[in-house]
Amino acid sequence: MVLEIKNLRVSAGDTDIIKGINLHVGDGEFHVIMGPNGSGKTTLAKVIMGHPKYRITGGDILVDGKSIVALSTDKRAKLGLFMLFQNPIEIEGVNFINFLRTAKGALTDSSVGVKQLMDGIKENIKKLRMSEEIINRALNQGFSGGEKKKSEVLQLSVLKDAIRLAILDEPDSGLDVDALRIVAENIGSIAEERKMSVLLITHYKRILDNMKPRFVHVMADGRIVAEGGPELINRVERDGYESFTAR
Amino acid sequence: MTQQEERIVGQREDEYLKRYGFKDDIKYAFKSDKGLSEDIVREISKQKNEPEWMLEKRLTAYKMFVSKPLPTWGIDLSGIDFNDIYYYIKPGGKKSDSWENVPEDIKKTFDKLGIPEAERKFFAGAEAQFDSEVVYSHVKAELEKDGVIFIDTDTAVKKYPELMKKYFGTLIPPTDNKFAALNTAVWSGGSFIFVPKGVKVAMPLQAYFRINADKAGQFERTLIIAEEGADVTYLEGCTAPIYIGSSLHAANVEIVAHKGAHVRYVTIQNWSKNVYNLVTQRAFAYENAYVEWIDANIGSQGNMKYPSVYLKGRGSKGEILSIAVAGNGQIQDTGGKVLHLAEDTSSKIISKSVSIGSGTTTFRGLVYVGDNSSGAKSAVRCDALLLDKESKTNTYPKMQIFRDDADITHEATVGKIGEDQVFYLMSRGLSEEEAITTVVLGFIQDLTKILPMEYSIELKRLIKLDMSKSVG
Repeated sequence: MVLEIKNLRVSAGDTDIIKGINLHVGDGEFHVIMGPNGSGKTTLAKVIMGHPKYRITGGDILVDGKSIVALSTDKRAKLGLFMLFQNPIEIEGVNFINFLRTAKGALTDSSVGVKQLMDGIKENIKKLRMSEEIINRALNQGFSGGEKKKSEVLQLSVLKDAIRLAILDEPDSGLDVDALRIVAENIGSIAEERKMSVLLITHYKRILDNMKPRFVHVMADGRIVAEGGPELINRVERDGYESFTAR
Repeated sequence: MTQQEERIVGQREDEYLKRYGFKDDIKYAFKSDKGLSEDIVREISKQKNEPEWMLEKRLTAYKMFVSKPLPTWGIDLSGIDFNDIYYYIKPGGKKSDSWENVPEDIKKTFDKLGIPEAERKFFAGAEAQFDSEVVYSHVKAELEKDGVIFIDTDTAVKKYPELMKKYFGTLIPPTDNKFAALNTAVWSGGSFIFVPKGVKVAMPLQAYFRINADKAGQFERTLIIAEEGADVTYLEGCTAPIYIGSSLHAANVEIVAHKGAHVRYVTIQNWSKNVYNLVTQRAFAYENAYVEWIDANIGSQGNMKYPSVYLKGRGSKGEILSIAVAGNGQIQDTGGKVLHLAEDTSSKIISKSVSIGSGTTTFRGLVYVGDNSSGAKSAVRCDALLLDKESKTNTYPKMQIFRDDADITHEATVGKIGEDQVFYLMSRGLSEEEAITTVVLGFIQDLTKILPMEYSIELKRLIKLDMSKSVG
């Protein structure tokens, strides 16, 4: 799936958050956006997915050449866009496995057998080193930080057949070293298997030790301030984000 | 309302119309004149061929109804025109314990509502009331052998006058409120249940109440007596066609749970949006008895209903679980009352309400702990969820505690459905309506999960129908 962002400007209320961004993610490409807190990375992810809080004041977002800005969030999901949430939302009383079944049914436009779904999930739970009891709990409710992140990756794995572009918003934040490696490995193998286009958002180099992006974009204050290959990651690590803005 | 809201609300009405809101042309055997008078009360009693003592009760209650003002709190009842209501409408045919003998036109109505089928699958006994009279009631033979009685209350007056005289109106005297008085004056139909000592009825008994005629009032009267150690679950459902004019449903329900007995009373109230639902429900729990009211209110235009438990015996327990959904223009004024009148009693009132569009939910709770009830424990919790900017909710908890050692907790929350919750679910492919419905069903899940499965499914289905668009 090809994602094109053209001169995008976004505001929330009276505040301009994204101030003209251009981005081209080619089919099956792995891009990473790095940037400090408050640079607009998460907003960008939510806007691509169609969060109602944000208003597009200029520019366009295209998927495979067609504008998606008029589409509701669920329509975008059905096109194959998936967002891994930095802070997965807790939803009281909604059983995790039932939710997955509903989501898979909606995205694949088919009815999903419980047994088949369960078998697949159990395998993925093992790969993620999670506890099986998670499937009987309410969606994200009372999950630890690590469990929440892994639950997002579990969703990515269960829904992978319907996903063509994965937007991963800080899958690494709050994870210990072991969990980070497991999360990175799982995301990597799913993305590779399904030849997904990937847009990964992160502050830190750490997760990139386990993943190999080809394109790196540095974002600051609502703009992309540097672009290049993996060599940029080391520059961020060495000089900090300030070196990009203090020009 | 936005166009989309109107469309969805319209769909909901269409759906109700299709499934429940249809009107059937029925030949009625008798219809009282419109409006209420002493003569009408006498006529009802005469039609029923009642003993004198019941007529006396009716007439006394009628006087009280006339003398009592409308309640000045709760919902606006000025839309009820007491002179524009038929108080007694008797369907044709005889009461029957077999669906085969129910008049064809009436049977057709209940078939469309799926009642006989549900009885075969899930229930130990069932009763069906059509406007003023019960047209069908049946209880499984083995329960009859155990001495379980499940009949309509009119028949009980004739067959079990001692029990009726002993209990009828002793929990809810006509002096209690205007609508309790009205019910006592014109009551017709309802269930009479007697479960003998030690008998546990494993499957629920079900009653289905249907208003069919335009401008019809329904005033059923239910009395449940559970003797020592007995156990019974009673489920009631109700629907009506959609009419322009208002209908009135004013029932009285009395439950007596003797020593160690357990009674669970479940209501799924789904009246059409032209019905005022004004119901008085009260239970007495004696030593170690346990009474549960599970009260789900989805329908009606205005609803006032606060099931109560009087904990009269040591160690008795009362629970009221209330689910209320108020759609556009609806007012659900619900809650519960518990009176701790003996030692070591415990109670719980849990309410979950959802307001959609211009709907209003109001919770009223009363916990009373008398000075002779040492060791009383009570927990009250009410959570409200608002779906739209114009949705409203009110909470009126009342505590009257006359013991220092009482253990009382009260929690209340009001939440708006979160934009982020809906966004999260939609990002996984759920439509906005599905996402909102998912959040709402999750919100009430801890109450729906304790309903019998078929009722839980039905309630979830009804709520799905009720979801309109727009996120606050």
